Amino acid sequence: MIRLQAITKSFAPKRGAPPVLHGIDLSVGKGEIFGIIGASGAGKSTLVRLINLLERPTSGEVFIDDQRITDAKGAELHELRRSIGMVFQHFNLLSGRTVAGNVAWPLELAGRLTRAEIAAKVTALLARVGLADHAQKYPRQLSGGQKQRVGIARALANDPKVLLCDEATSALDPQTTGQVLDLLQEINLELGVTIVMITHEMDVIRRACDRVAVLEKGRVVEEGPVAAVFLHPSHPVTRALVREAEGDGPLETGGIIGQHLRLTFTGEGAHKPVLGGIARDYGVDFAILGGRVGHIRRNPYAQFSISLTGGNGLGAVAALQAAGVAVEVIGGAAAASLPTGIATRPERHLHVV
Amino acid sequence: MWFDRINWPDIGTALSQTLSMVSVSLVLTVLIGLPLGILLFVTGKGQPFARPLGYGVLSFVLNIIRSVPFIILLIVLMPVTVLITGTSLGIRGVIFPLVVGTSPFFARLVETALREVDRGVIEASLAMGASPVQTIFRAVLPEALPGLIAAVTVTAIVLVDYTAMSGAIGGGGLGDLAIRYGYHRFQTEIMLVCVVVLILLVQLIQASGNSLVSHFSRR
Repeated sequence: MIRLQAITKSFAPKRGAPPVLHGIDLSVGKGEIFGIIGASGAGKSTLVRLINLLERPTSGEVFIDDQRITDAKGAELHELRRSIGMVFQHFNLLSGRTVAGNVAWPLELAGRLTRAEIAAKVTALLARVGLADHAQKYPRQLSGGQKQRVGIARALANDPKVLLCDEATSALDPQTTGQVLDLLQEINLELGVTIVMITHEMDVIRRACDRVAVLEKGRVVEEGPVAAVFLHPSHPVTRALVREAEGDGPLETGGIIGQHLRLTFTGEGAHKPVLGGIARDYGVDFAILGGRVGHIRRNPYAQFSISLTGGNGLGAVAALQAAGVAVEVIGGAAAASLPTGIATRPERHLHVV
Repeated sequence: MWFDRINWPDIGTALSQTLSMVSVSLVLTVLIGLPLGILLFVTGKGQPFARPLGYGVLSFVLNIIRSVPFIILLIVLMPVTVLITGTSLGIRGVIFPLVVGTSPFFARLVETALREVDRGVIEASLAMGASPVQTIFRAVLPEALPGLIAAVTVTAIVLVDYTAMSGAIGGGGLGDLAIRYGYHRFQTEIMLVCVVVLILLVQLIQASGNSLVSHFSRR
């Protein structure tokens, strides 16, 4: 659907300004919700603007539907941008137009529909985003969440194939963020719109995205399905972003005896009483050092860091794996005594989900 | 002071002369200054049609005109005024220098008003496939409307001020009357009445400008 190939971007290449993006290769599949996460200044805003050519790459190519669009100009460019909706952190609504007027705006610019057709479409769009009763209000009379719904309705007006969300929830409170993310997922599901979302919050990625790329100083440092990246982050930047979302510092296990393992339960397994049964069967004891439970999109997960002592440790680990639990060694007793096939950090454990 | 010595019909004539000078010059100033202001805005730094050289030249010329005190501009422009309107006297003779004097000022106000528009709105407009021209006329100008109305109001008041000055070179109007009778003939009461009428006029312009601004601003 969207393919970025060997993209570099520098804002003043002649004056030798350091590039903002270095050799980015990314592809986003049709119908996917793709997240791009990074700290501010990582280059994610620039990256997302390459897709609708609000920014031009210094080198590299941009493809949409296998069509090279890097040099699109004039009418071709305007047509392309109409097929890519964009939602902004600060909504960027026209303050002088009503809610209905804002949603009608892109349709008026496109100039293909009659006034009556535009009115009908605006009504339908406002109903979709739950703002049917607010059509005649002005943006300043709306709450942040409502303004973003107007922004989303406006972005959908020209039936785009792609929706770009530039920190679409960063100006919203947590509850409203949830509602806006639900709305975006609904749109993705029902209209099949491919969504590219940039954010600095891992929580947004966990709740809404299928795949994620982690951007750090203009480079993609980690990329993959959200479950893999979120549950088994391999790059320090990703780990920091995950910890930030969990509101927790790094695990200190220095003085704790036993084998330190991280167990990850996903899908149906997350709710099965596996741990106690295996502890009884293999005579092992465990202490929970840390853990988190929750959902990645709609899928439950549970992840515990434990220290394993006594009994048949190897047997217990094998039984856990047999039960579909991903096991990683994170410290404690020597990793050499473990059977092969158990990943040790920082290697990525891949057989999750 | 003897107010019965005031020739009220004279005041009425002078007021109507002032009003016609201000209104005709205001319309022409907007017609000339608005495109110039838009040009300044779009050729300015960081804008869709940024042209540093063109912006620099235009900016320089406008600054030169703005640097010349209006009373001197009136005199300097006299030969050109005669060429264009056939006379340098009366309402006809004064409108040209008034427009030359206020257009650069108005153009600057327009540029500032357009720069006040949220850059995010411009970006949103471009992102939804608007051409730069559509963006300026259908997003930037409507969003800047309250600022533009405020600019017209300020310019109208400056024009009232300038018409009084143009009285000195035979332009007519309230300023002319105040100087001829109030100053040269020591009829202070006429000067007083003229000043009061000018004060009322300026208050009226400002008040109606303000109410239009608040009517159109929905931020």
